[in-house]
Amino acid sequence: MSFMPVILWSDALVFLLISAISTGAFYVRKREHLLLPWKRVARSSVALVSMLVLSVFLIVGLLDTLHYRVALPQSSNGEKVYSPEVLSAFDKLVGPLRTHTEKTYSAPFALHLYAKESMTDAQGNVVREYPRLQYGGAHLADESGRDADVLKRALVGMLAGSLVGVMLAWLLRRRYKQPALTVTLVVLAALIGAIINLSAVYHVLGTDKVGQDVLYLSLKSIRTGLIIGTLTTLVTLPLALFLGVAAGYFRGWVDDVIQYIYTVLSSIPSVLLIAAAVLMMQVTIDTHPEWFDTSAARADMRLVALCLILGLTSWTGLCRLLRGETLKLREMEYIQAAQAFGVSSMRILSRHIMPNVMHIILIALVMDFSALVLAEAVLSYVGVGVDPSMISFGTMINGARLEMGREPVVWWSLASAFVFMLVLVLAANLFADAVRDAFDPRLNRTEGSV
Amino acid sequence: MIAYLIRRILYAIPILIGVNLLTFALFFVVNTPDDMARMQLGIKRVTPEAIDKWKQQRGYDKPLFVNSTADGAGTFTDTIFWQKSASMFAFDFGYSDDGRSISREIATRMGPSLAIAIPTFLVGLVVYVSFALMMTLFRATALDMAGVALCVFLMSVSGLFYIIGGQFLVSKLWHLVPISGYAGGADSFKFVVLPIIIGVVGGIGSSSRWYRTIFLDEIGKDYVRTARAKGLSELRVLFTHVLKNAMIPILTGVVVVIPLLFMGSLLTESFFGIPGLGSYTIDAINAQDFSVVRAMVFLGSVLYITGLILTDISYTVVDPRVRLQ
Repeated sequence: MSFMPVILWSDALVFLLISAISTGAFYVRKREHLLLPWKRVARSSVALVSMLVLSVFLIVGLLDTLHYRVALPQSSNGEKVYSPEVLSAFDKLVGPLRTHTEKTYSAPFALHLYAKESMTDAQGNVVREYPRLQYGGAHLADESGRDADVLKRALVGMLAGSLVGVMLAWLLRRRYKQPALTVTLVVLAALIGAIINLSAVYHVLGTDKVGQDVLYLSLKSIRTGLIIGTLTTLVTLPLALFLGVAAGYFRGWVDDVIQYIYTVLSSIPSVLLIAAAVLMMQVTIDTHPEWFDTSAARADMRLVALCLILGLTSWTGLCRLLRGETLKLREMEYIQAAQAFGVSSMRILSRHIMPNVMHIILIALVMDFSALVLAEAVLSYVGVGVDPSMISFGTMINGARLEMGREPVVWWSLASAFVFMLVLVLAANLFADAVRDAFDPRLNRTEGSV
Repeated sequence: MIAYLIRRILYAIPILIGVNLLTFALFFVVNTPDDMARMQLGIKRVTPEAIDKWKQQRGYDKPLFVNSTADGAGTFTDTIFWQKSASMFAFDFGYSDDGRSISREIATRMGPSLAIAIPTFLVGLVVYVSFALMMTLFRATALDMAGVALCVFLMSVSGLFYIIGGQFLVSKLWHLVPISGYAGGADSFKFVVLPIIIGVVGGIGSSSRWYRTIFLDEIGKDYVRTARAKGLSELRVLFTHVLKNAMIPILTGVVVVIPLLFMGSLLTESFFGIPGLGSYTIDAINAQDFSVVRAMVFLGSVLYITGLILTDISYTVVDPRVRLQ
């Protein structure tokens, strides 16, 4: 084998999460009453459109989760040696984007570097000029033909993309009859087609300080954002669910202890608590370099630890909600009937209480997602976020914000991080709203209307 | 009322002890002082003498809980726990890594923090509530829809971009105010006006939407129908009836943050170079100055608990039905 699959901690947890979600989806599919709110979600065109956008992000994030290490050509005494660099299926797929690095900044679609350099011209004189880029637009012999070439490639890419989009829409025509969905699908496919066709020979979003393609960085940041937004729930959910329901159902000293724990945790301002915990985690990781065989593994461990810390500091709100709801539920007649029949507490909790608080959990989790993606950027800025070597929206913004002072302004890194984050968070917010509207029992609705 | 307050303050003590134990565990048990010393002095090429010196300078060379070498009360007081954690109850925060008194530093930095936090809070409250009232007044019209859409858009933008964008437009392109810095007295106005505006704009999305749901919850109730049936104008219904009754949910979210205004805003202060408590905290995090972070965690939770008590008191002010006993 010329490569070795690598499963980082975060990858393993993502696979766990995916299997949990698929099991849940399979369970729900068979049960009409659980499926009903999801059908309500699917009737909202805003939800469908935002889900479509989110799934593009998800696909990129998932491809970026399949990691491997390439075998090096030379081998020491017959044993295979693998490169210390951990790559992903996504890196392989976008190959040239990753490898086409320039010397330093260059603007979107530029042919020349951002900074002047001393060069020797044809007559042998040394002149200060903007050097041509090594890869960006290197196929052009005549520089004045750039605009026409960009336009041509964009149009060809859009045409090809929209054809794929129309085909996909045709395949989906039975299930979803939303014109908004079809339009978004075709537009999105056309846009992706154009970007793919252009990014092969240009730096569509420019390059950053060390010459890396900004489009590549933005796409790689997606995985970090998604991981923070989703893996944190793996910590939040069990803690909030078990403690919240137990406090509400058993009351007495159990309630007192659990309330004490979450009051203590929630009384510390969350940024400070996270900062304190991350600082300590950093000390642990830095004093044990022998735990990690690659730098990617170390950065990944820090990401997982960050999710753990975010989860440990943010379960209190959901726990309080669940406690309140359980307090209400345990006074219901059907619970009292079950108690009178001598049903055990465990069974009452699992059969009667938990299914009735599921909607609260689901709403809280989808609402938290976008907040967590935004929190990552802020925490990375504060210096308690992801590892500086890990590509994320936070590290991108952090690296780019100081360049706003330059003349001419280096705006493209910030603009790309802004657009990618905005689209991701906006889609997540809209989807979360649709889920809340569909699941919240307080909203009176008549079946059949949207 | 007085008895209730005393009881609430007594309840706060076990919580603060919990916070204290938690921070103590985080800072001294998860990693030993030796680990921290090695980290700060550089992992490699660090001699045991250097570690001992580092620990001695900061008073980390004592045992954690029980000092068997000291006698009498010293068995408990001459320990890290007593000197670093328990002393915080007397608001004695010790010294930062550069040798300055943390309590003094907090006292001098509170002013600039408040100069930004209080106007941001007050202006923000007025703007958010009025925007939400406007959306409620025009509910279920195109104006309301546009307002909600704007809110969702604004809350999807990271706070960092408000600051970066505001600084770039107002300070760099239009040269209206300095990019960053701070001066005391009347000069402070030109330094604080941009952070305040950015702080208010950054919160419009989530806050206005939240207030709008509160108002919409109220507007469906029977007393509103009665008020309309009496022939009151919609504006009067909104301002005198709905706004008053929505006070309880609004106060729940608002009063609790008032004491926390002292802590300042981490992001705003560090971007604008305001010498307040927020930038103090962020500098301490970057310099890994553990004693300052510990002090801020403790101070933050004291202020939060004060906020909770103030919230309860404020209920009795706006709602005569609430009796604290």
